[in-house]
Amino acid sequence: MELKLPIYLDNNATTPMDPRVLEAMLPYFVEKFGNAASRNHSFGWVAEEAVDYAREQVAKLINADPKEIIFTSGATESDNLALKGVFEMYASKGNHIITVVTEHKAVLDTCKHIEKLGGQVTYLPVNDEGLIDLKELENAITDKTILIAIMYGNNEVGVIQPVREISAIARKHGVLFFTDGTQAVGKIPVDVQADGIDLMAFSGHKMYGPKGVGVLYVRRKNPRVKVTAQMDGGGHERGMRSGTMNVPGIVGLGKACEICMNEMDAEAKRLSTMRDRLENALLELEEAYVNGSKEHRLPHVSNISFKYVEGEGLMMGFNKNIALSSGSACTSASLEPSYVLKALGLGDDLAHSSLRFGLGRFTTDEQIDYTINAIKETVLKLREMSPLWEMFKEGIDLNSIEWAHH
Amino acid sequence: MAYSDKVIDHYSNPKNVGTLDKSKTNVGTGLVGAPECGDVMRLQIEVDEITGVIADAKFKTFGCGSAIASSSLATEWLKGKTVDQALAIDNMDIVEELNLPPVKIHCSVLAEDAIKAAINDYRVKNGMPELELEEKKH
Repeated sequence: MELKLPIYLDNNATTPMDPRVLEAMLPYFVEKFGNAASRNHSFGWVAEEAVDYAREQVAKLINADPKEIIFTSGATESDNLALKGVFEMYASKGNHIITVVTEHKAVLDTCKHIEKLGGQVTYLPVNDEGLIDLKELENAITDKTILIAIMYGNNEVGVIQPVREISAIARKHGVLFFTDGTQAVGKIPVDVQADGIDLMAFSGHKMYGPKGVGVLYVRRKNPRVKVTAQMDGGGHERGMRSGTMNVPGIVGLGKACEICMNEMDAEAKRLSTMRDRLENALLELEEAYVNGSKEHRLPHVSNISFKYVEGEGLMMGFNKNIALSSGSACTSASLEPSYVLKALGLGDDLAHSSLRFGLGRFTTDEQIDYTINAIKETVLKLREMSPLWEMFKEGIDLNSIEWAHH
Repeated sequence: MAYSDKVIDHYSNPKNVGTLDKSKTNVGTGLVGAPECGDVMRLQIEVDEITGVIADAKFKTFGCGSAIASSSLATEWLKGKTVDQALAIDNMDIVEELNLPPVKIHCSVLAEDAIKAAINDYRVKNGMPELELEEKKH
């Protein structure tokens, strides 16, 4: 196959939409534009039917009942609705939530908000692989605990938490279990029954669907879970999320789920083979390290630190042709290096030196070859330019130097 | 955020990357920044002992493209200047020349600090008092 440039390896940030998804959506803009809540004419019926069908497609992917699917605007809204909705709904039972330091900001910042409202939140640490300690989780549960909120697969390092063990602990103590499945759903098998998930957030645009549409799965049986609506209005989505249905978006999400359902196994195999090839080639460089568990990891993700070169400087060497992201401070608005990598115990220097590779459905072998060469070449070039590399090669311990912090 | 053409040019074709012999008395070395902050610059000057003119300048930088460009530009400017003239290089000159955006001003400050640190090292080695340098905000 011919090499296609530029190369997109930032599929954890967003995925391109599958053309098959676009095709499914197109009739629902101009021709079938009805409001799914219009119950008394054919325009409404057509829209409602499309939404119902999509709801089934989505439910099937995660082995849920269609009635348990609440459509939202995306994973951030779903995270907010799950956390704030449970906090409000179960206020008489308790006010304590347990989460993890490596969660997405949509969970962490919502937890901070809940703390301001009088909630108690425990932030569990992770080990150097990015995994939580199950004993620590169980010990953190009190008689006030109402919710455990732990993501399925991490967006920066791809680490998959032991979801079934977590849900078993939650069940044992009568605590609800919410998981942010944004990076996992559609990429690996996620089964709300077998996994014991009570609530789960995910989003269309991370699985080759459209932006602006997402899901909150809310269990209806064993136990029946309810969340207090965070948006008041027409009482859509069983009263949990008001607002006119985004019919084309929902149709697209449904189609995206169907494609993932059919192609996930083959795609995961293809991507993990490609990812491993990329990773192994890059690890031939001296002082290159994989961040996070290699064993418990999403098939399409790799996060690597190239010691003694800085991530943004590194990306500049090839970002005309390769799009990916770095845990370096310079790429973020906060000027702080990745809190996820720091939670894994990485020093700031290694966090600054990291690149995140997110492969996807449209990544080709030729693109991986190109990426391997471009990155190796740039790392070597920048190391020739790096005073830290020179010191390392001379055997100078960088920790022995008194750096001027600014 | 897009880089300016000048930053890209210095990054792609950096001027004066390298190492001078720091044991020589006419070589001054400045090492500034910290690995934890994501940028470290080492800038060196070699001074002609007769004329007092900076005959050579070299750098090595760990950092983003703007940090690399700032130090590359600094070495270009240093060559041919006397030590006193070099002291007058201001970080805002670098900002202007490279069109650095506000979030990258600290790269230029680091380059100015590196110049001054190299000059001070040279002065101390040659029996001159260390200059008191004003602290710039990074």
